[in-house]
Amino acid sequence: MATTADAFQAHHEDHGHSHADERPSFFARWFMSTNHKDIGTLYLIFAVFAGLIGGAISGIMRAELAAPGIQYLGWWVNFMGGEASINANLHMWNVLITAHGLIMVFFMVMPAMIGGFGNWFVPLMIGAPDMAFPRMNNVSFWLTFVGFLSLLMSLFMPGDPSGALGAGTGWTVYAPLSTDIGSPGPAVDFAIFSLHLAGAGSILGATNFITTIFNMRAPGMTLHKMPLFVWSVLVTAFLLLLALPVLAAAITMLLTDRNFGTSFFEPAGGGDPVLYQHLFWFFGHPEVYIMILPGFGMVSQIVATFSRKPVFGYLGMAYAMVAIGVVGFVVWAHHMYTVGLDVNTKMYFTAATMIIAVPTGVKIFSWIATMWGGSLEFKSPMVWALGFIFLFTVGGVTGVVLANGGIDDALHDTYYVVAHFHYVLSMGAVFAIFAGWYYWYGKMFGRLHSEFLAHLHFWIFFIGVNITFFPMHFLGMNGMPRRIPDYPAAFAFWNNWASVGYMLIAASLIPFVANIIYAHTVGRRAPANYWGEGATTLEWTLSSPPPYHQFETLPVIEDHHDYHNHLPTAPGSGEPARA
Amino acid sequence: MTLNNWGKLAGRWLGAIWLGCVALLLTFAAAGQAVAQAPAAAPTVAAPLAPPADPANVEPLAPEARTPANNEAPQEIVGGDGPLVADTAHQRLGPEWIKGAPTAATDNMGKSLTFQDQYSNTGNYALWMHNWVLLPIIVAISLFVLALLLVVIVRFNRRRNTVPSKTTHNTMIEVVWTVVPALILLLIAIPSIRLLAKQYEAPPEDAVTIKATGYQWYWTYSYMDNGEFEVISNMMPEAEAVAAGFPAQLEVDNRMVVPVNTPIRLQTTAADVIHSFAVPSLWFKLDAIPGRLNEKLLTIREPGIYYGQCSELCGSRHAYMPIAIEALPRDQWERWVLAQGGTVGEVEAAAPAAATVPAATANAASSPEAAAAAAAPAAAGTATAQ
Repeated sequence: MATTADAFQAHHEDHGHSHADERPSFFARWFMSTNHKDIGTLYLIFAVFAGLIGGAISGIMRAELAAPGIQYLGWWVNFMGGEASINANLHMWNVLITAHGLIMVFFMVMPAMIGGFGNWFVPLMIGAPDMAFPRMNNVSFWLTFVGFLSLLMSLFMPGDPSGALGAGTGWTVYAPLSTDIGSPGPAVDFAIFSLHLAGAGSILGATNFITTIFNMRAPGMTLHKMPLFVWSVLVTAFLLLLALPVLAAAITMLLTDRNFGTSFFEPAGGGDPVLYQHLFWFFGHPEVYIMILPGFGMVSQIVATFSRKPVFGYLGMAYAMVAIGVVGFVVWAHHMYTVGLDVNTKMYFTAATMIIAVPTGVKIFSWIATMWGGSLEFKSPMVWALGFIFLFTVGGVTGVVLANGGIDDALHDTYYVVAHFHYVLSMGAVFAIFAGWYYWYGKMFGRLHSEFLAHLHFWIFFIGVNITFFPMHFLGMNGMPRRIPDYPAAFAFWNNWASVGYMLIAASLIPFVANIIYAHTVGRRAPANYWGEGATTLEWTLSSPPPYHQFETLPVIEDHHDYHNHLPTAPGSGEPARA
Repeated sequence: MTLNNWGKLAGRWLGAIWLGCVALLLTFAAAGQAVAQAPAAAPTVAAPLAPPADPANVEPLAPEARTPANNEAPQEIVGGDGPLVADTAHQRLGPEWIKGAPTAATDNMGKSLTFQDQYSNTGNYALWMHNWVLLPIIVAISLFVLALLLVVIVRFNRRRNTVPSKTTHNTMIEVVWTVVPALILLLIAIPSIRLLAKQYEAPPEDAVTIKATGYQWYWTYSYMDNGEFEVISNMMPEAEAVAAGFPAQLEVDNRMVVPVNTPIRLQTTAADVIHSFAVPSLWFKLDAIPGRLNEKLLTIREPGIYYGQCSELCGSRHAYMPIAIEALPRDQWERWVLAQGGTVGEVEAAAPAAATVPAATANAASSPEAAAAAAAPAAAGTATAQ
């Protein structure tokens, strides 16, 4: 994996305020930003707030599901400015699940991983001064931001036929529940517009990343020397570029069905609701890899750093991600096993889906092999990465169960599916995000967080997510459908446990927020490389935070070390560093 | 050969292995498809335009395919086996007949952790596959990964292992952890493809056709071969259900009554938005989509009550449109059909109006020849009706 460079830019720090540190005024810096690090910071702040909103919504959901019956929805309808009634209360449930899904996918995980860490560290890791298209980068962020506003606005628009507020279609926006039959009000139009804006932002971001990675690598930084995080963002960017236009097409067709009298998805006019599902999942399945691949990349960096060992099987790791990306495009109908696919189709999608387990397994085993023989240090990022590896494995194996079309007849649209995708996202993607957060926090913001609080955050969160989501496997196998606010009494026990787990997850945010406050009050100033010799990628050669404009003189990545043995190099010496 | 070249070679190897695995699994899928061997009578009719089954190809029904239910069904359900007359005072099965329902952890912790007991032909195979193939494999893999992580944490921490090794490649182990998972997946694929083939068996021509239509937010059940009468099924109010000893939010006012041990051609469609007809204890789930008619074979093995819930988000009252199937011995089911104003027996296709078939002769269900004779016109009638 990692390559390293000599301390080519050390002189900047000697000069104090060099040209590299000239910063624009506040408004110009944060609202007209063209600096990849500032834009990354904006994305991260945005993702934290969106995550808190999405997490608060799941709090309402878990409170409601803690016991059978409808308890809290009416209160919430009134709070949001609607009028509580049986119908409005039940519709509010659908609005909540829709908002939770869309916020977490489009406005938390994607902005944090790609917009936040991607923007911050892709240029740093490849030795580039900035992204290829800095202004387009700014456009990407603000499109995402106004997309979020559009989604929030939809909460206050009439949605369902009775005029209850908000879009209650689920994040999948299936027709005809999302057409004028199921949701005549403008709420769904605003939700669709939100997806359009966020999608456009992501497409622009993806072109930016691809161009940057292909054209702006420092001399000597060949593709096969790029850090795996950069590889993961590259693959992700291709997935975004190929998948999002299909979503855009699908929801545009939905929009014209709703407003301009077309009938792409309207059977009465010769359309077909299942066509929408094919288009949606052709986007939707790559989307789940979009959410996890950057996490793979971050975990690879972190595992290598804290094992003081280069990643095992670098090429296999890189091409496993490529394989996951490619195969991820040809498995979409496993989300649609019950729509009435014919037997051959179902057999194909069963086989194709299971194939994905092979490259995923390669990644899991390579991470373990990286640690094998290493000298592990259990700093907070490493602990989150270890949690990621185990919990992602658990989520992965239930994916193998669900891949079987015949088995899925019982599990489709049950809580088993909810458990599965929260294990790979809420524990896979989110653990990776927290791992990256603690790994790079000092690098990004110049202050070190408290390891104690970060570990505390980990343990409360780890126990909380497992208590929340593991019982959902039981509920799903026992037959509890997804997306219901009320359930038969037999499901009460495990739902109650899931709600208890949520309280722990919510509590874990206290050390998380406290840690941010700690870092900026009593936290030590972060040195350039605070993780020590295991941290070998280029960002660790720069100050923390890096100069406002870095790499004005491009670093030259020399092949000091043979291919087989990427030892970190001590700055300036050209000699492999030793403990 | 330098180490550098070895690394590149490993990369190339892995590429070849990817391709190999893909090819293997696809071949396997193709082989499985041959097992299914049902392309002409693709059992799930996915489009309204599907060609009607050719009556000329209908094979005579094997006698054993139509087991009269009276042999094994508990006789004490309602009237026993008298002459077939309309059971106008049809007694709904009571709570003691509930077989397919979720189990509360407070009643039986073990049963609350897993699937409901299965009462359909394919359900038992699927449950076996989950419990004896998938579950052991996924538990073993999870524990294996956990064990490796624990070993790594204990043996290779900074205190015990101060100098990290420099190993970054081992072609052999990389090939092993690529090939072994692929083989495990092949192992899973065998029963998986078989299960799919079983689930897609075409219903025999004399199967009882029932069309379930999803509405916001209730189901209707049309008995297409029995005079096309329709049952409207709404959730039973919670208090009423609990008072009668039935589970709230699962019990309905009018159940979908079906014959036991009889192949049912269950069709689903919807009138407004997409719904999904799902019964966990029968391993059955089929979306009900407006403009489409989906179809699947269902055979229930025991008389009883089987509950399910709509399983596709369909609007505000999605949680409140349960499904309740009441499976009765064939003759009692026929009495129920007559009581609903429906028809039974071989005459239904030719003369739907002749509802007053002499009761004794209409008991033709136990006569294989008569059933086979009835099959062809009935099939033609159904196909065109679609």
